[in-house]
Amino acid sequence: MKYLNNLLRQAGAGLRILLVMTVLTGVVYPLAVWGVSRLPGLGGKAEGSVVVAGGRAAGSELIGIDPVDPRAAIDPTRDRWFHTRPTAIATEGLGPDDVLVSGGSNRGGADKGLLTEVERRKAHIATREGVDPKQVPADAVTASASGLDPHISPEYAALQVRRVARENGLPEQRVRDLVTEHTRGRALGVLGAPGVNVTTLNLAIRDEAGR
Amino acid sequence: MSPFVAGLGQVGLLVMALAACYRPLGDHMARVYGAEGHWRLERGIYRLARVNPDSEQRWTTYAAAVLGFSFVSIVLLYLMQRLQPLLPLGFGRGAVEPGMAFNTAVSFVTNTNWQSYAGEEVLGHTVQMAGLTVQNFVSAAVGMAVAVALVRGFVRARTDRLGNFWVDLTRGTVRILLPIAAIAAILLVALGTVMSLARGIQVVGVDGITRTIALAPTASQEAIKELGTNGGGIFNANSAHPFENPNAWSNLFENFLLLLVPVALTRTFGQMVGDRKQGYVLLSVMGLLWTVMLAASWWAETHPNGVASLAAGAAMEGKEVRFGIPASVLWEVSTTGTSTGAVNSMHDSFTGLGGGVALLNMLLGEVAPGGVGAGLYGILVLAVIAVFLAGLMVGRTPEYLGKKLGRREVTAAAIAMLAMPTVVLLGTGLALLLPSTPDFMTNTGSHGLAEVLYAYGSAGNNNGSAFAGMTVTSDFFQATLGVAMLLGRFLPILAVLALAGSLAQQRRVPATAGTLPTGSPLFVGMLTGTVVLVAALTFLPALALGPIAEAL
Repeated sequence: MKYLNNLLRQAGAGLRILLVMTVLTGVVYPLAVWGVSRLPGLGGKAEGSVVVAGGRAAGSELIGIDPVDPRAAIDPTRDRWFHTRPTAIATEGLGPDDVLVSGGSNRGGADKGLLTEVERRKAHIATREGVDPKQVPADAVTASASGLDPHISPEYAALQVRRVARENGLPEQRVRDLVTEHTRGRALGVLGAPGVNVTTLNLAIRDEAGR
Repeated sequence: MSPFVAGLGQVGLLVMALAACYRPLGDHMARVYGAEGHWRLERGIYRLARVNPDSEQRWTTYAAAVLGFSFVSIVLLYLMQRLQPLLPLGFGRGAVEPGMAFNTAVSFVTNTNWQSYAGEEVLGHTVQMAGLTVQNFVSAAVGMAVAVALVRGFVRARTDRLGNFWVDLTRGTVRILLPIAAIAAILLVALGTVMSLARGIQVVGVDGITRTIALAPTASQEAIKELGTNGGGIFNANSAHPFENPNAWSNLFENFLLLLVPVALTRTFGQMVGDRKQGYVLLSVMGLLWTVMLAASWWAETHPNGVASLAAGAAMEGKEVRFGIPASVLWEVSTTGTSTGAVNSMHDSFTGLGGGVALLNMLLGEVAPGGVGAGLYGILVLAVIAVFLAGLMVGRTPEYLGKKLGRREVTAAAIAMLAMPTVVLLGTGLALLLPSTPDFMTNTGSHGLAEVLYAYGSAGNNNGSAFAGMTVTSDFFQATLGVAMLLGRFLPILAVLALAGSLAQQRRVPATAGTLPTGSPLFVGMLTGTVVLVAALTFLPALALGPIAEAL
């Protein structure tokens, strides 16, 4: 009984302290950080690093959404866009799908279902690019952790250059230059891995092609 | 530069950053918990809460305060989720269903941050900020308070008082976590992490299709999620989501944050017991385990053996291009070695050995370097066991840090140590007995078994990372994993506080020629051996059927 009373008394004090902490760390703290994030230079990042093209929000430079070319449904080689990595929740092809919920496939490397999926993607990409399936790099056939990875490896970008140049009526060298422009290496030479930003690259391709 | 060399450079930068903060932060924390006076803000908090900050508590009262505080925290967080439609900034998200609300409330209060829901789908901004962010702070502060109470047990003599829980809780929050988190949150925004009160952004892509991308008040929660070794992401993909962790810089910074406090606490410990070497010994054990785990996982992920990974050409399933493999394994080992459980790649998609490292890291009891506070008291419990084992071998009453380890102390330490394996193995066994369990697994065979073991290992250790392929939204999993989190958190805490109370009552015994020198490299080896031995004896059969079978 004495212990129970003690516990109840402590719980009462606990509730009062919890309410104070809720105000301090659950209201004041996040709103203060939000307030600071309104400062010039931070505001754009806080609201999702939106890329504006033609006066409209065309995407976030941090978020990869696989673009759809309606012509590709008839003939995959007539697709004019650079493609992102596959999304785990995509029901067909590589994506796109609902981008409101993020996540990966959670399938292990020994999973038979994943093997089927990898081979299907590999064949699909090889047909689209007109290359041997052996040339398709690993990141092109594996789903990212977030399903929103904006980057592809420089190898996967290089694989897509010929088709994108052809379908947009651009010289291959120009497309290759644009890929280089939208590639970032390792920060300080050691952090992370090199990648090509598909979101900003496609916008640049559209600008260059003028349509 | 080859990915391997670059990866080493990355590890080097991380270690240097931690080394630079080790002394200042460790000493700061020792001062905070030993300070006489109160800040004006703290006095205001004590007055509002009507607690007397200058009265010290016995271990029983300290424990009652921990339990009482955690109980009301669970109730409040449960109610907030159930009443979500009435709260602002919910954007039409409904009430969280009871099983999920219970599981989530327990999860965040126990510093586990296991998530059976998809953040952007289920929870509105108010529950995220006023509910989850709050628990991100205070559950971390609770862990630190318990660790400090245990250290006081070693430091003090002939007293039944361990300090005041409300003071330790408040100081941990106000003087340690809040200032660092505030700076870190703003740095994260500068690096690209979002901090928005909007529902999302509508974009019209190059293909002319309109889509909505979810936004959230992320940076404020991201900072404390890592700093407090919590790990619950605002988005479903956690720190793999580009809005939580936009680039290699933010990735390094977040990885640094999640290791910062557990590592520096070993300095705090050395400072408080007046013998810094004792702290370096604990740090060496943690560093040793962390390095071995990192090497094993790194090798495994760069040498995949699964059919799907071989067909793809590399183990990139569930990993992000901007991080690559080295930064993914570095994070994996750090997040499971602490009790964080945040992920920047999907552990379920790791190779058998790589994923096994994450699992083993948790099953070692999360002491490499462990959660904030939980890591320190976890490894101190194992140190007590190691000293006791050594004492058995030479037939002397063991002593550690000037205190004799008698029957009461060793019993308390054994309970603290065995609570987690009991919870994990019973939970896993129970789940596997159910005929319906295989339906909830994404993977089959040994990897499926690993998914279940991982779930209970994560819950029982308050880690919160997952082999997320398993569907855990059934009432059975919501309830049993919730109970596993509660027992895995509070049984060890009670035992640790009992241990502290018993140690504090003793007088100090001077070290003699027969005392085991616990500040020496020899003891690093003994303690590491104890950590590995305990885990191996408990979990080897289960591991053999799961990740070991898959790795072979």
